[in-house]
Amino acid sequence: MKQFKLTMTAGLLASALAFTPVVAATPDNILVVAQNIDDIVTIDPASAYEFSSGEYVANTYDTLVRYDATDTTVLAPALATDWSVDADAKTVTFTLREGVTFHSGNPLRGEDVVGSWTRVVALDKAPSFILTQLGWTNDNIADMVTTEGNTVTVRYEGDFAPSFVLNVLAARPASIVDMETVMANEVDGDMGHAWMNKNSAGTGPFSLQTYRPADILSLSANPDYYQGAPKMERVVIQHNPEGATQRLQLEAGDIDMAKNLDPGQIAGLEGAEGVRVETFPQAAVHWVSFNQKVDALTDPAVWEAARYLVDYNGMADGMLKGQMEVHQAFWPEGFPGALTDTPFSYDPEKAKQILADAGVETPINVTMDVISAPTFVEMAQAIQASFAEGGINLEIIAGTGAQVITKYRARTHEAMLLYWGPDFMDPHSNAKAFAFNKDNSDDKYASTTTWRNAWMPPAEMNAKTMAALGEQDAEKRLDMYMELQKETQAEAPFVIMFQAIKQVAMRKNVKGFVNGATSDYVFYRLVEKE
Amino acid sequence: MTDNNGEGRLSLPPWIKTTVLTIGSIAVTMLGLLFITFIIGRVMPIDPVLAIVGERASQSTYDAVYLELGLDKPLVVQFLYYLWDVLHLDFGTSLLNARPVSEDIARVFPATLELATLGIFIGIVLGVPLGVLAAVRKGSWIDQIARVLALVGYSMPIFWLGLMGLLIFYGILGWVGGPGRVGIFYVDVVPSVTGLILVDAAIDGNWNVFKDAFSHIILPASLLGYFSLAYISRMTRSFMLEQLSAEYVTTARVKGMSEWDVVWKHAFKNIRVQLITVIALSYANLLEGSVLTEIIFSWPGIGSYITTALLSADMNAVLGGTVVVGLIFILLNIFSDLLYKVFDPRAR
Repeated sequence: MKQFKLTMTAGLLASALAFTPVVAATPDNILVVAQNIDDIVTIDPASAYEFSSGEYVANTYDTLVRYDATDTTVLAPALATDWSVDADAKTVTFTLREGVTFHSGNPLRGEDVVGSWTRVVALDKAPSFILTQLGWTNDNIADMVTTEGNTVTVRYEGDFAPSFVLNVLAARPASIVDMETVMANEVDGDMGHAWMNKNSAGTGPFSLQTYRPADILSLSANPDYYQGAPKMERVVIQHNPEGATQRLQLEAGDIDMAKNLDPGQIAGLEGAEGVRVETFPQAAVHWVSFNQKVDALTDPAVWEAARYLVDYNGMADGMLKGQMEVHQAFWPEGFPGALTDTPFSYDPEKAKQILADAGVETPINVTMDVISAPTFVEMAQAIQASFAEGGINLEIIAGTGAQVITKYRARTHEAMLLYWGPDFMDPHSNAKAFAFNKDNSDDKYASTTTWRNAWMPPAEMNAKTMAALGEQDAEKRLDMYMELQKETQAEAPFVIMFQAIKQVAMRKNVKGFVNGATSDYVFYRLVEKE
Repeated sequence: MTDNNGEGRLSLPPWIKTTVLTIGSIAVTMLGLLFITFIIGRVMPIDPVLAIVGERASQSTYDAVYLELGLDKPLVVQFLYYLWDVLHLDFGTSLLNARPVSEDIARVFPATLELATLGIFIGIVLGVPLGVLAAVRKGSWIDQIARVLALVGYSMPIFWLGLMGLLIFYGILGWVGGPGRVGIFYVDVVPSVTGLILVDAAIDGNWNVFKDAFSHIILPASLLGYFSLAYISRMTRSFMLEQLSAEYVTTARVKGMSEWDVVWKHAFKNIRVQLITVIALSYANLLEGSVLTEIIFSWPGIGSYITTALLSADMNAVLGGTVVVGLIFILLNIFSDLLYKVFDPRAR
């Protein structure tokens, strides 16, 4: 058997040496992407809430204002050319862009804006909470969003900074759909939801050509796009969950872009002919949290000690190289209001001293849940080893994403290794998650990191979060978020460790791909092949 | 109808009794299968509502979906509702892609059927002769090769073999197509009639698509064929050895019958029934879908469909898939029984 294996290996190597890779090429007008797209549940912007569906919506729909492909950090006019804010009256009035048409050829109207948002609220799907934050309900939406001629007036309830309102209206569920077409395809009062899971009805640079779940998602260029037709006539996203075969396809020239390569596969591409790797900072932050329903984890000294029990640099420079960088605050670097200080470093002696000074008995034995995916499990193992140095023994419980989230939502975990990405690009999206908890009761469910870890922030922190939300002075508002980040660094039962980085491997002739901080900012419209 | 003794017993023709028994047996098996799968899905520590609404949905959205799925009702009631729908051929909607499960299965099953059929064909064509030869030439180099092939087939991880196959035949040599059912140029080029791309391309007369689809399927099919070959050849060898040591074979040889006739007309003829069972089982296993092969080759088949659904508590999809796989096993069993009767007069 051993001899057979040796012979086979020799045969493989001989074949490898005897033949050079066969490199095909994709057509100049088609971008072929290999990507794991089995996370998509729906592609209707009123319900799309996954990474891959976010990318799809970003390329087929537009919002009134948006973070555009040309600069994903600046909120720019999109379907609205300008807007005025009346903070006292709590209204924003938008002027719609002239001459914009939907994929069907129908012109964009104010009624489409009103109808699109009314539809999101009425359907009440997963992302609807982003819009209903503005105080919109089924009963009042007709009064809260109105149109006249070429303008749309938005009213909101609550003390919100104008920038917050605009950021909400730039989010995915605020996408404008062709209401005439959508409602023409309504079945059993579903407001066209079933039809929208198989078709697109937007104004975006691409329209949907084919979608088969976990198989293929193909887009056709919109020649009438108001910012100019995309260079690529088609973008074909082939489902391929396996990074190793994505790499083979890329090297063979059968695809232009591989989206799910792990660090080892990226490293293996070094020196590969005709291939390059681009790196994009992401908004997701990764952390360990401690459930306050677990007695052993309620002492703030444990939280503080834990912050010195992560080998931040060792992990970032080693196993997470190219995937994550050290970041210790809740709002990601690269966005206004982000705190970039990294006050904690790996120091087990200091951690032990903190625990001893506080009279905490060691060892502390707790479980830590983690999603059973390659990077997460490796991170958990590294954290397990470094925590043990300080007297905190973690027993790792790996489960599927659905299992881990089910447990987390029920608040039955002990420690948790997970990540958080903002729902929309406003610091409040993360501040609300890490520094605010309205009611910590078991029956007052909230999808925040605070509630899920049964942690009630100090009253001042809660108040400060809401004050920042309503602060009208933009500069002062950002300062308030910086302060909140400092406070959570010092006082919360979270150890925020890293900010994600995305690496995309592509053929060298592919230019202009934009991958912003979240899936909502992945754009294909500027891609061209040289 | 009553018999002459007036005992009032119904006297039905045997074929009706057999048919009723077969249908009854299918119904009980399917019911049991559905019930067990349903219970497994409900006791899994996964919240199906979260799989649909995501982890950040509001409580009102969560509650609405919870009620929509009927999760507030007792388990037995939920199961009876589901059964009622299945009897009306309604498998419900997949929680994971919001599409009818029957539509999904109609999409993924042909992909698996095409791959499994070609795979079992390769397994039979190569495995049966190899097994017969290994038995006839017991202890020879052919027997040793067959043994090694079978051992490698049993023990080598399919994931590794698949990747190596892709690396060599696709990445380096460029002899076969890469992952997926067809190349990007040929996606949706031929109209889908059967869902089997090779057949659809032939029906359409589009031989370019046929060639491309064949270049994509040949490697994963060969891989599955190899694993079937390993099992079929070993079983064939074992069955043949038993027959070749029987007295009637010695008698045939003594009578001067040629070795070809001894092996193929006598010994092999007597192992056909056992072989049918082995092949039917292998085929049924392939039709369940080979998850790892489907992942490596980006093959949108039923194996990865059911697995993904199960890991996300998408029970409509899991149960729909289970019905299909269960039916396959039952139908292949019935088909095997029929073939027994063709090949073995004692079974008639």
